Amino acid sequence: MASAKEEEYVHKVYNEIASHFSQTRYKPWPIVTKFLNGQPVGSIGIDVGCGNGKYLNVNPNIFIIGSDRSDGLIKCAHEINGQYNVLVADGMCLPHRDNTFDFAISIAVVHHWSTRERRVQAINHILNKVKSGSQILIYCWALEQSTSRRGYHEGMEQDILVPWVLQEKTKKKRDTSDSDKSKDKKNLIKPDLSGIPPKERALYMAKWKKEQEDIRIEQERKEKESQQIRHEEKNEITKYRYYHLYREGELEEDCISAGAKIITSGYERDNWYVIAKKP
Amino acid sequence: MKFLTTNFLKCSVKACDISNLNFPLEYDGSKCKLVQNEDIEFQPEFLLNILDRIDWPAILQVAADLGNTSLPSQKPELHTNMDELNEEELVILRDLHTLLLQTSITEGEMRCRNCGHVYYIKNSIPNLLLPPHLA
Ligand SMILES: C[S@@+](CC[C@H](N)C(=O)[O-])C[C@H]1O[C@@H](n2cnc3c(N)ncnc32)[C@H](O)[C@@H]1O
Ligand SMILES: [Zn+2]
Repeated sequence: MASAKEEEYVHKVYNEIASHFSQTRYKPWPIVTKFLNGQPVGSIGIDVGCGNGKYLNVNPNIFIIGSDRSDGLIKCAHEINGQYNVLVADGMCLPHRDNTFDFAISIAVVHHWSTRERRVQAINHILNKVKSGSQILIYCWALEQSTSRRGYHEGMEQDILVPWVLQEKTKKKRDTSDSDKSKDKKNLIKPDLSGIPPKERALYMAKWKKEQEDIRIEQERKEKESQQIRHEEKNEITKYRYYHLYREGELEEDCISAGAKIITSGYERDNWYVIAKKP
Repeated sequence: MKFLTTNFLKCSVKACDISNLNFPLEYDGSKCKLVQNEDIEFQPEFLLNILDRIDWPAILQVAADLGNTSLPSQKPELHTNMDELNEEELVILRDLHTLLLQTSITEGEMRCRNCGHVYYIKNSIPNLLLPPHLA
C-alpha cells in the first residue's frame, strides 16, 4: 500500500521530470559540503538518493558511490560527469554489505517514504551500511519554512503532494493567480451585527473573520483545482510528488528510533538536518 | 562502473544476506566490456587508504571473472605512512590504480551466486533494482 503510493507519487514522477529537475539541481548546500570535505583522504561512502549527483565531486579525495531509484536521474548524473560512481537501486534495499562505509549522506530523500515506520526503516538501513562509529548526514524538508515561497508552516498537514510544473517551451506562463484574486474580492460581504449585543460584537467579529478566512481558503483551493483541470486541458503538465514535511525535532526522533546517536542537528535551506553516529 | 565499485556490490535480494555467496557478484567475462581511462590521476595517499578498506578475496575473484589472474593472492602489505613508501611499493600502488580506478565495465552482466539473479550494466551504469516480485 505505502510502496504503491511511493511508486505513483515519487518514483514515477522523478523519472518523468528527471531532465528538467536535474537542470535545477547543481548548487551543493554548505553543510553537506562541509561534511564531505571533513572526511579523511581515501574514505569510502555512499550518497543514498543522489539524484543527478551534485554531491559526488565535492571532495575529490574520497570515493563516493551514489545510488538512486530513478534511472532517469542516474543517467543525468552520468551525463554530467562520466567519472561519477553511480548505480540504480532502492534506498530501502541497498546492494552493499553492512558495516562497510566510512560515512553516508542522504539529502532530501527520506521525506519521500510515506509512513513513519518506513522512514525510520530507511534511516536504519543506511545506518547499517556504515561502520560502527561512522557518521551519517540526513536532510529532510521542513514543515517550518515560512520564509520560503511555499509558505509551509507549523500546524499544517505534514503529508502533502507538492506540484512540479513541467515547463513546455511552446506554452505560455500558467500563473493566473492575480486575476483570481480580484475575482475573490467581489465575494466579500459585511457581517450583520444588527441582532448582536454591543458587548458580544468583538467576539462575533473575530469568529466571523475566521469563518470568512476559511471560506476564502476553501475558495482558493477550489480555484487551484479548477486551474489544474484547465492546465490539463491545455496539455500543461503538473506532476505531484509525495512529501512528509518534518516538524522541528522529528528527524532527531526518527534517527534515534533508527538506532543512531545524534551528534548535531539544525536547519538549512528549508530543511532539517541531522548528523548522527552509528554506536 | 569502475572496477573498485565491484568491491561494494552485493545481491539486492534480502534473503541472500544469510548466504555468503551474495558477494561479490559473479561477472560474466564474455559479456563484460572493459574500458581503460588513463586520464584519472594517480593519488598514492588516496589509494593507500582505499587499499586498507577493500576486500582482497573479492578483488581476486572479480579480476579472475574478467580474465585477470595475475594479482598476488594476498593483499599487498605496504607502509601505512605515505613518506615511507619505497619505489617498489609505488609501483604496486600504480598497478592497483590502473586496475581499480582506471578500468571500468561499460557494458555487461553479473549474477548472484546464491539466487542466480542477473543484473545488467548498461552505458556504464549498473542497475541493482529488483523486479517487484523479488523486492
Ligand atoms: C529531492 S531529490 C534529492 C536529490 C539529491 N540528493 C539532491 O540533494 O539533489 C530526491 C531524490 O530521492 C530519490 N528517491 C526517492 N525515493 C527513493 C528510494 N526509495 N530509493 C532511492 N532513491 C529514492 C529520488 O529519485 C530523487 O532523486
Ligand atoms: Zn541473490
